[in-house]
Amino acid sequence: MWEVVDSGNLLFARNQMALSLGWHIVFACFGIAFPAIVVFTEWLGHRRGDPVLSGLARTWAKAMGVLFAAGAVSGTLLSFEMGILWPGLMDRFGEVFGFPFVLEGFAFFVEAIFVGVYLFGWNRLSPRAHMLSALPMVVAGVAGAFFVVSANAWMNNPVGFSLDADGNVVDARPWAAMFSPSTWPQFTHMWLAAFMVTGFLVASVYAVGMLRGRRDRHHRLGLLIPLAVAAIATPVQIGVGDWIANTVADNQPAKLAAMEGQYETTAGAGLSIGGIYVDDELRYALEIPYGLSLLVHHDPDGVVPGLEEFPADQRPPVNVVHLAYNAMVLIGTALLGLAGWFGLVWWRRRRLPRTDWFLRAVAVSGVGAVVAMEAGWITTEVGRQPWIVYGLMRTEDAVSPAAGLAWGLVAVVAVYAVLTVFTVIVLRRLARGRETLAPQEQEGVR
Amino acid sequence: MTLAEVVLGAAFLGLVAYALFGGADFGGGIWDLTAGGTERGRAVRERVERSIGPVWEANHVWLIFVMVVLWTGFSGAFAAAVTTLYVPLTLAAFGIIGRGAAFAYRKSVGTLGMRRFFGAAFALSSLLTPFFFGAVVGGVASGRVPPGIAAGDVVASWANPTSMLGGVLAVLVCAYLAAVFLCGDARRDGQDDLAAAFRTRALGAGLVTGAVGLAGIAVLRADAPLLFEGLTGRGLPVVLASVAAGLTALVLLWTRRYTAARIASALAVAAILTGWAVGQYPYLLPASVTVEEAATGRATLQALLVALSVGSVVLVPCLVYLYVLFQRATDART
Repeated sequence: MWEVVDSGNLLFARNQMALSLGWHIVFACFGIAFPAIVVFTEWLGHRRGDPVLSGLARTWAKAMGVLFAAGAVSGTLLSFEMGILWPGLMDRFGEVFGFPFVLEGFAFFVEAIFVGVYLFGWNRLSPRAHMLSALPMVVAGVAGAFFVVSANAWMNNPVGFSLDADGNVVDARPWAAMFSPSTWPQFTHMWLAAFMVTGFLVASVYAVGMLRGRRDRHHRLGLLIPLAVAAIATPVQIGVGDWIANTVADNQPAKLAAMEGQYETTAGAGLSIGGIYVDDELRYALEIPYGLSLLVHHDPDGVVPGLEEFPADQRPPVNVVHLAYNAMVLIGTALLGLAGWFGLVWWRRRRLPRTDWFLRAVAVSGVGAVVAMEAGWITTEVGRQPWIVYGLMRTEDAVSPAAGLAWGLVAVVAVYAVLTVFTVIVLRRLARGRETLAPQEQEGVR
Repeated sequence: MTLAEVVLGAAFLGLVAYALFGGADFGGGIWDLTAGGTERGRAVRERVERSIGPVWEANHVWLIFVMVVLWTGFSGAFAAAVTTLYVPLTLAAFGIIGRGAAFAYRKSVGTLGMRRFFGAAFALSSLLTPFFFGAVVGGVASGRVPPGIAAGDVVASWANPTSMLGGVLAVLVCAYLAAVFLCGDARRDGQDDLAAAFRTRALGAGLVTGAVGLAGIAVLRADAPLLFEGLTGRGLPVVLASVAAGLTALVLLWTRRYTAARIASALAVAAILTGWAVGQYPYLLPASVTVEEAATGRATLQALLVALSVGSVVLVPCLVYLYVLFQRATDART
């Protein structure tokens, strides 16, 4: 075993990883949720013989092709960065938690193949065969998400191995490592988040169109279908949020304490919203009495451990975690309100709310859902610090000491800036013209 | 064969598949780069685009697959290699991003200027990416990756004679494979003039690749004696097989038997990669870490083996379906 020296690369590597992951995850959401929405719309259009629905499915399929390409290339970079930036993690624990990435490799392979088949085969296959070809894509997208999230859940809650006296891994059990107690709550949370991000984001595009006066059936249905999907996912997500908060409380009490900015171990702890954490105290926060104890223990007098229980060098950066967590919950609640408004009017009147304020709310809901998801990932990733493998390996011990690594961050910022600009340009063109081609399609055959 | 060798063998098969399919994709971009001005190069560019459009993403997953098997099954050696060689690997990853995004997006943009810009990005990164991968292989094969995280020289590990040879050979092989594959595609679609043009390119690239390969022997002898010894000793039959397959492929190209030429060319490339593997056996990182030393625990290797077996049962029919659908559809259109 060799000594890994602290090299000052930590800050750069963490930011490079955060940017790469934060960028990729938006496209991954579309890889998980969009195939199901697109093929559902295609099926509906086919069954009802409705050209507007079929046209929507066609447009969305093209967008899906572009988003999939962006997700594929950014995911490739991530698979490089896992080793290049965090060799200590790979070296010591690769045999324990690397395995789900292999399964994800297969899932992604299947998804890539069938995205190709689905787009390329639009007019070449019978409608039935074409819709069937989408099923492997739908399943593989969800399976892939499960595998990747299970690796992250393992970092939060490492299981499936033993350590010898020197701290070396013996008896790695990769199947068991995939099913840590955090795996199912984290996966369910991410899976629903993917439907919320995709649903609200696609709906918001059509809401903007309607606000600009394009209120035809194409736009109404384009808003209705994804919004309905997101509106169903949102209340379920709030319930899942409770489940995952309990998992965190059980397994990562320091993360929970940071999420709440809670320094002192307290019985009957209040739920703090906002504020700034200075000198071991959360100031200017709004407190809901007994809220936290109720949330975590479903008991107003439950004891919640505070950050004082942990040595100073084992506490996560509190302000980032607390504010990110608050942002996620706040936006999630607002989205729940929007979903409720939409659901209520639809249930009573079978139509969309007529006021422009509803369209304005939908128009910002997409960006809101993305911010909420990113805030959620910041909460779980920064909240795990200073550990890369909770309780076992510090992030600073995993980072590569290679000279010049900091330049990687500069390069990644530049590459993603350019990529973002072009992705937006191409998506805007796709939204404007049906004649524009997705990457997997070919000219001359439509 | 030991369990570790079986798992490494599976990763190696993935690498060969990447070299053949991904390599041909890169090569397509290289011919795009050399096709000439917008008007003159149009036919070649359209042919390349038509041939790799629906399959490029799938072809690419081979690489991810090789990486994840290596990091799970041979974690320490993987960590050592990617940290010492992080510069060419990062550049190759940027190349993949630039190439994939540019290829995907250039169809969707309208103006000629934008198309040219994306086209140039696609073509240039098609050249650089295989070069850096070849340099990585050269760095490992010439014994410049010591065990330990970032323990090697982050510059000299890839800026050296063997790496340069590896990079140039990788580019040439990609260009050659693409030209051979495109010959068949063009003829199938009734584009006989294009098929002839790619035949000339394939013959040229094949001859240059052979010449560089021969000259490379001298480079290896001076710069990577251990690999040289392996290639001329234990690996000699495989190297000779590669030469024989390569010469056969050239004859088949000359006589316009494109389908047979594809197979012979694929064999030649697979054989030269096998020669490298046999040449550095039993080392994963010559000459310090053997395959057995690098392998992780038994339960992990077994899990990998199960996943690889079950995964291929799912994957292979899917891949066959993609290629069949693609080929059939192209046939039906002409």
